[in-house]
Amino acid sequence: MRDVAIIGVGCTEFGELWEKSFRELFVEAGVSAIQDANIQGGKIDALFVGNMSGGRFIEQEHLGALIADYSGLASLHIASTRVEAACASGGLALRQGIIAVASGYHDIVIAGGAEKMTDVDVETTTHALTAAADREWEGVMGATFPGLYAMIARLHMHRYGTTQEQLASVAVKNHHNGSMNPKAQFQNEISIDAVLNSIMVADPLHVFDCSPITDGAAAVVLAPADVAKKYTDTPIYVKASAQASGTLSLHDRPDITTLDATVAAGNRAYRMAGLSPKDIDFAEVHDCFTIAEICALEDLGFVKKGEGGKATESGMTAIGGEIPINPSGGLKACGHPVGATGVKQAVEIVLQLRGEAGKREIAGAEIGLTHNVGGSGGTAVVHIFGRER
Amino acid sequence: MSVGIVSYGAYIPRFRIKVEEIAKVWGDNANSIIDGLMVYEKSVPDIDEDTITIAVEAARSAIKRGRVNPERIEAVFTGSESHPYAVKPTSTVVAEAIGATPNLTAADFEFACKAGTAAIQACVGLAGSGMIDLGLAIGSDVSQGAPGDALEYTAAAGGVAYIIGKKEIAAEIESTYSFTTDTPDFWRREGMPYPEHGGRFTGEPGYFKHVTSAATGLMEKLGTKPSDYKYAIFHQPNGKFPSRVAKMLGFSSEHIKPGLVVSRLGNTYSGSCMMGLAATLDIAKPGDRIFVTAFGSGAGADAFSINVTDRIEELRNGAPSVEELLADPIYINYSTYARHKNKIKL
Amino acid sequence: MSVPRFWRRLKNVYNLIGTQCENCGMYYYPPRSLCPKCRRSSLIIPFKFKGEGEVLTYTIVHSATKDFEKHVPYILAIIKLNEGPNLTSQVICSPEEIHIGMKVKSVFRKLGEESEKGMIYYGTKFVPLLNHSGK
Repeated sequence: MRDVAIIGVGCTEFGELWEKSFRELFVEAGVSAIQDANIQGGKIDALFVGNMSGGRFIEQEHLGALIADYSGLASLHIASTRVEAACASGGLALRQGIIAVASGYHDIVIAGGAEKMTDVDVETTTHALTAAADREWEGVMGATFPGLYAMIARLHMHRYGTTQEQLASVAVKNHHNGSMNPKAQFQNEISIDAVLNSIMVADPLHVFDCSPITDGAAAVVLAPADVAKKYTDTPIYVKASAQASGTLSLHDRPDITTLDATVAAGNRAYRMAGLSPKDIDFAEVHDCFTIAEICALEDLGFVKKGEGGKATESGMTAIGGEIPINPSGGLKACGHPVGATGVKQAVEIVLQLRGEAGKREIAGAEIGLTHNVGGSGGTAVVHIFGRER
Repeated sequence: MSVGIVSYGAYIPRFRIKVEEIAKVWGDNANSIIDGLMVYEKSVPDIDEDTITIAVEAARSAIKRGRVNPERIEAVFTGSESHPYAVKPTSTVVAEAIGATPNLTAADFEFACKAGTAAIQACVGLAGSGMIDLGLAIGSDVSQGAPGDALEYTAAAGGVAYIIGKKEIAAEIESTYSFTTDTPDFWRREGMPYPEHGGRFTGEPGYFKHVTSAATGLMEKLGTKPSDYKYAIFHQPNGKFPSRVAKMLGFSSEHIKPGLVVSRLGNTYSGSCMMGLAATLDIAKPGDRIFVTAFGSGAGADAFSINVTDRIEELRNGAPSVEELLADPIYINYSTYARHKNKIKL
Repeated sequence: MSVPRFWRRLKNVYNLIGTQCENCGMYYYPPRSLCPKCRRSSLIIPFKFKGEGEVLTYTIVHSATKDFEKHVPYILAIIKLNEGPNLTSQVICSPEEIHIGMKVKSVFRKLGEESEKGMIYYGTKFVPLLNHSGK
């Protein structure tokens, strides 16, 4: 198995991009990644695209072909594959790309993710997202994603004394980080009170506890580590790529407050990289809801179970803190185009490790981790990246 | 070869709206309405309750009370004037939800407020003839009164289920007698949300003529008189009609008192008279004789003469009594009522 | 959800019929055709749950999908059935009443409908166990 490096990254702005179509978004992200890698299109062997619900959001399937075609690669007949694992589609597309290069099957691979969520009304979007839960045994009973995570939050609060203020402090921090990210959907700071006074979506989660509906795309160019320096002076190396599944339904989880797929994927990634949570300098984690970031902190081993709320409130996860979490603004402030999120997380790690993250730069960071979750924890993907091989 | 009630169960939604609350919305004088109708409040279904869910809860209560094996039930008939589907039986859902499927017959009945007693008669015939082991007859409604209409003060929600058979009878149905004519005192056209009625025409030519004719007919057939009965129940669209018809027939207020639940419940239409019977069975003793006459607009009346047996004591605490179902209500205002009754269209 | 898809599991939803693995004794609701514990040694039979349990966690949903917009706010909960398995359902009670650990029992309610013209979906929800004079 070969080591793999990221030699180029690209990302669109995130937000309600009324003027841009799905295909334009992906092409924009892909082209900027290719430019960043300084390679010719003809070099590309394969393309993996993460997308959750083209069928429902834009009534378009067969996205692999669509994207290859509109990226101008149809005449080269490259292998192009759409990858789906709900909100973890992007992370999984990245992992498929890494596996393709590591195995030696392909040399230069584009791994991207894209989602166009605003072409349908909010109810349709919510309904489509609910497909990431068990339609027959959760959705049909009235479960929504905020509802499912609210039930995690409720039990976390009951069991560990986590407070609504602590949940809100996740949003406040991520908005602060987002304010330094020119591509973020929300670049405004918010206060704890603003979160607590915002509309209740699913008690105890307010609307500011939830990530927004977002259009966007992100892409990375992958190459064998041995040749990475041919393309760039600052390749970022993949130190671990791990994936785990858990029960589809939240109610079947052994512990409702633990995303055990995250724990499993995290442990596999640490083992693969020969690292422990202490070695991670910063992370982009899946904060689809504020409680999700708190659980991620715990399930990835950054803090003990039950201490994620306190840790966030104490500033431990802020830029400049012990373990900065979501310097991009996370899903909460940067936005959450579901299929793109897992790839955007890797883009942020690369920018940070290259020292190109601008005002939100984490000084001296060497090792970064991404954590991408599908549904309420049915899929978790964890990647670890480093400046050194 | 007797046939009768093997078990029974009732269900009443927990929500109530007071006459005052409705009167306030329409600028009516609540006291005069209460005096006129002798109804103080009525039951309101929850947002996710309808005739089917109420029928299922009543049927399950009957099964539980009598510890009946649902596979013995070979006929399910549900009477209602508010079946959720115009076409597609309520009774198949009920049969499935009580575990009686698939070896049974099922159909829905409609005869305004007496569809439930018509279902009882059908079960008496089938069980009595030996064609079925047990029959389940249900009266269930989430009756509709147009906003502002007099019916809005009484149109309530509730359901009652009777399991009819020849073995383990708790109350023998010794005879039944019906009186039916074409009398358009109340109707609802296909596809219309609210019924129309003939105002005072529903009284004399409708309710009183049919109830007295059926009641008199049955007593003549059996050679009985009101004093032969311990209790009597008459269809109760309001508190006044059953009180007056009881007096006309020679029954006392003591006869009808245990079964007169309308003042706290409203008119549960297909469940109305059957609810009164259930409340009476809740307190009846072995040997008590009960006289029942249901009325349905359109119009017809079904009279029954019932003898309570020793087995009634075995049913006593098996499921909630009507009195228990009436206790502990949640009072709602008109806007919540409007939501529950789907009067707000999204 | 489409009519055939709902119909296929209607008995399960109406009557809380799940499955049991006779090999290990574990109960499953929602039903499973393969026991995750015994896998190929699974001996799956239908099992009817009694319908009593307790609230493991809950939320009050204020913003719902189209199918449920008439019902907001409603209480969504994970309920631990006395026999063991957990399920997601709604609890019918006031938001002031609901709490973790609340004992509940099953009731038959409308889950939703396709539209005014479409099929009505019925199934099992839960109410506080102590209701109607404790019966």
